[in-house]
Amino acid sequence: MIKKEPLIFELSSEDKRAFQLPHLDVPAEKDILDKSIMREEIKGFPQLSENEIIRHFTRLSQMNYCVDIGLYPLGSCTMKYSPKINEKIALIPDFLNSHPYFPEELIQGNLEILKITEELLCEITGMDAFTLFPSAGAHGELTGMMIIRAYHDSKEERRKKVLIPDSAHGTNPASAHFSGYEIEEIPSNERGTVDVKKLKERINEDVAALMITNPNTLGVFEDEISEISEVLHSKGALLYMDGANLNALMGITRPREMGVDVIHLNLHKTFSTPHGGGGPGSGPVGVRDKLIDFLPIPRIEKKEGKYFLDYNRPKSIGRIRAFYGNFLVVIKALAYILSMGPEGLKRVSQIAVLNSNYIRKSLEKFYYLPYKSPTLHECVFSDKWQNEFGIKTLDIAKRLMDYGFHPPTIYFPLIVSGALMIEPTETESKQELDEFIQAMRKIAQEAKENPELLKSAPHKTPVRRLDEVRAARNLILKWSK
Amino acid sequence: MNHLPLSKKEIKEMLKTIGVESVEDLFKSIPEKIKLKHELKIPGPLSEPELINYFENLASKNKSTEFLSFLGAGAYPHLIPYIVDYLSQRGEFLTPYTPYQPELSQGTLQITFEFQTLICQLTGMDVSNASLYDGSTAMVEAALMAWRIKNKPKILLSRTIHPEYREVAKTYFKNLNIELIEINYNQNGETDLNELKEKIDDKVAGIIIQSPNFFGIIEKIENISEIAHSFGAIMIVTIPEFLSLAILKPPGDCGVDIVAGEGQSFGLPLSFGGPYLGILACKSEFVRQMPGRIVGETQDMEGERGYVLTLSTREQHIRRERATSNICTNQAWCAIRATIYLSVMGKKGLREVAWQNIQKANYAKKELSKIDGINIKFNNYFFNEFVVEFEKDPEWINEELKKNGIIGGLCLKRYYPELENCMLLCITEIHKKNDIDKLAENLKNILVN
Repeated sequence: MIKKEPLIFELSSEDKRAFQLPHLDVPAEKDILDKSIMREEIKGFPQLSENEIIRHFTRLSQMNYCVDIGLYPLGSCTMKYSPKINEKIALIPDFLNSHPYFPEELIQGNLEILKITEELLCEITGMDAFTLFPSAGAHGELTGMMIIRAYHDSKEERRKKVLIPDSAHGTNPASAHFSGYEIEEIPSNERGTVDVKKLKERINEDVAALMITNPNTLGVFEDEISEISEVLHSKGALLYMDGANLNALMGITRPREMGVDVIHLNLHKTFSTPHGGGGPGSGPVGVRDKLIDFLPIPRIEKKEGKYFLDYNRPKSIGRIRAFYGNFLVVIKALAYILSMGPEGLKRVSQIAVLNSNYIRKSLEKFYYLPYKSPTLHECVFSDKWQNEFGIKTLDIAKRLMDYGFHPPTIYFPLIVSGALMIEPTETESKQELDEFIQAMRKIAQEAKENPELLKSAPHKTPVRRLDEVRAARNLILKWSK
Repeated sequence: MNHLPLSKKEIKEMLKTIGVESVEDLFKSIPEKIKLKHELKIPGPLSEPELINYFENLASKNKSTEFLSFLGAGAYPHLIPYIVDYLSQRGEFLTPYTPYQPELSQGTLQITFEFQTLICQLTGMDVSNASLYDGSTAMVEAALMAWRIKNKPKILLSRTIHPEYREVAKTYFKNLNIELIEINYNQNGETDLNELKEKIDDKVAGIIIQSPNFFGIIEKIENISEIAHSFGAIMIVTIPEFLSLAILKPPGDCGVDIVAGEGQSFGLPLSFGGPYLGILACKSEFVRQMPGRIVGETQDMEGERGYVLTLSTREQHIRRERATSNICTNQAWCAIRATIYLSVMGKKGLREVAWQNIQKANYAKKELSKIDGINIKFNNYFFNEFVVEFEKDPEWINEELKKNGIIGGLCLKRYYPELENCMLLCITEIHKKNDIDKLAENLKNILVN
């Protein structure tokens, strides 16, 4: 395994090059720009040959763990396999070379893709309309909260608060805050679900919405969702659903049936588009009828057999980013949906839930399970039993790397101290799951018998445990000579 | 269902381990009354050849590759060396997530550290983050930084900023009680400094200028920085065409505090507008107000150099509603592509690309200015875009060009009603002399009729 690779700047030396431009075929002119607005050469910029660049990035790639290598059980991230054919489809030149300002008759294929994807997401969730423009889940949340705000504003209601369960993703309160709302936290009950009694105490005409994740971040289905929806609606508030965990529900139930008004999805989670080391993602937002007018511009409409971009939407929240979202990501998600079909998507959710429950059952004697409620696509353990030997979640996570696995999400949700949040997804074989289970069991044993082994883990990775405190104290955020 | 690897026998064994009869039993926590009673009404499953056929059919409805295009305006056609595709398609880059576990993510982390360094070298700024969604949202995040740093309610922004970027700012700021004040441009197509001086006061948190601006013109950043600072405001420059920095004076040398931009020109295809690459860089004193991921250098327990996500106490997963931004996932893979692109082009190559853009755009301007019925709208320094004014309706001209396989420039009337006869043209290194001559020839013929 590659252990070390210099920075590209350290590999560089004068006069090497990796690319030859075509000869300049117009008459070259001097002094087109005034010297005062020009720069000298870019100091420190790399100069390497092509083959050196290939080696540099190939070596660096080998220091990455990824889904193509093995199980990547980050809870709430849905690290499923990304089908390769979808990558090839997104490379079709007529998509790649398509300029966002091309005349409408030359982008009919693109607009049709957006429209079809909107319609299929409507069917999968039961929502009445979708926008595909938000660039990631958090961008979708922000868009959704802006829509909710515009809706209440249109009724001249100045609602100030958004309710958020204490188990929610951190993006939820942040997105609501950047939509101008105050946040009020709703505690979970002993089952790990929203405490409906407390909700009823807190709900009033000042509440704009509740942001709920279902199944929630413990993997538990909010079984009182219908009542929650009724409580909110009775006071004129809306129900927002964070759809990060939709992978548990496809073809089984839908946000519509749950009484949800606004939802965002993550195409890079449920719909298999590659996570790319942290983006590009895509966070489409779906709404019920009464909110359609507030969706961001433009909308894709059809008239006389031709698709067009409709900007004449006076009630719209406006534009949420330049152009039309992460189009290539949408293509990959559509390819995924079509390749799975209705039965396939339902099977995805069933197997995702089966795999998670298999792991839960196989590990519950070895790790403490703080909430006993039935779980769907993910389960959350803690380090409580290992604490006894001075072992923390971080040590367990680092040791797991030595067994060749990426650790689960750790220290989240915040309502579980020392959380280990495991989401295997449906694309794992039983063999892979069993090996993971064996590794986790061995680590539980090692915690008892040889805790130092865990505290000094990982041992087999390109670098040993990295000092994050040092990084934050002594900031080095770029290379310098 | 080519990627569901469980056999029926294995499913049975697993159900037995769990202690249930069937997969359906695992969903008992979902109330019956909300369970879906019908199968989803979606097409499929399609086999691989059917899937390819389906999308090739849709792609053929675009017909866009048959045309010669002169569109830019925030989305620029540039050469992409093949190894950018070759390397970035590796599963090790495509299929990990955010590097939460640094020991298994040194590849992504080191490349991001290199990316941050390249952006600092290009901009002359002290610090860059790991990327944001795109240029428009990066500009908004920069303005939000200024708003937090200064705790003042106004942001001034030039009308020469990309119209869509300004629309995004309006959408974001509406709910935050930030007052957006637009500054008009002068007859040279650059931000009107007199109007800027009139409108600025001590309630202004930041000034945003685009350069090269939406008309392609290079703004006088240094002068505007001085004005901004004399009123205690943060100076922000937004740069949709980041390639320009290979030639132009870096913002860091012009008194700029925050740079927000679009990195699409660095190895990302046009892709109908996304995914692109939001860039954000600033002076080191503002780093704690920066949104998004930042990678820092550190050491492992044996003293070896390594990289981690750092300053995470700014972020939503720790600070929740008090975070500097709601952003979580960014555009990491696009930043990897940009890093590869910039490494391939290198110090000399990138400058040559930028220089060819200037030379070719300048040649086009000269050729078009010879044609009767065409007027170069603004006489000023520009990078790879310029505005032409016609005696006839530019939309009609575009229709005529299209008949001959040419997509002209962007008609500006929709965004600037006063520029109703104007068109924004973009020439880059991908345009051959023949292409430019063909445009000139066609315009000549169209305008004679």
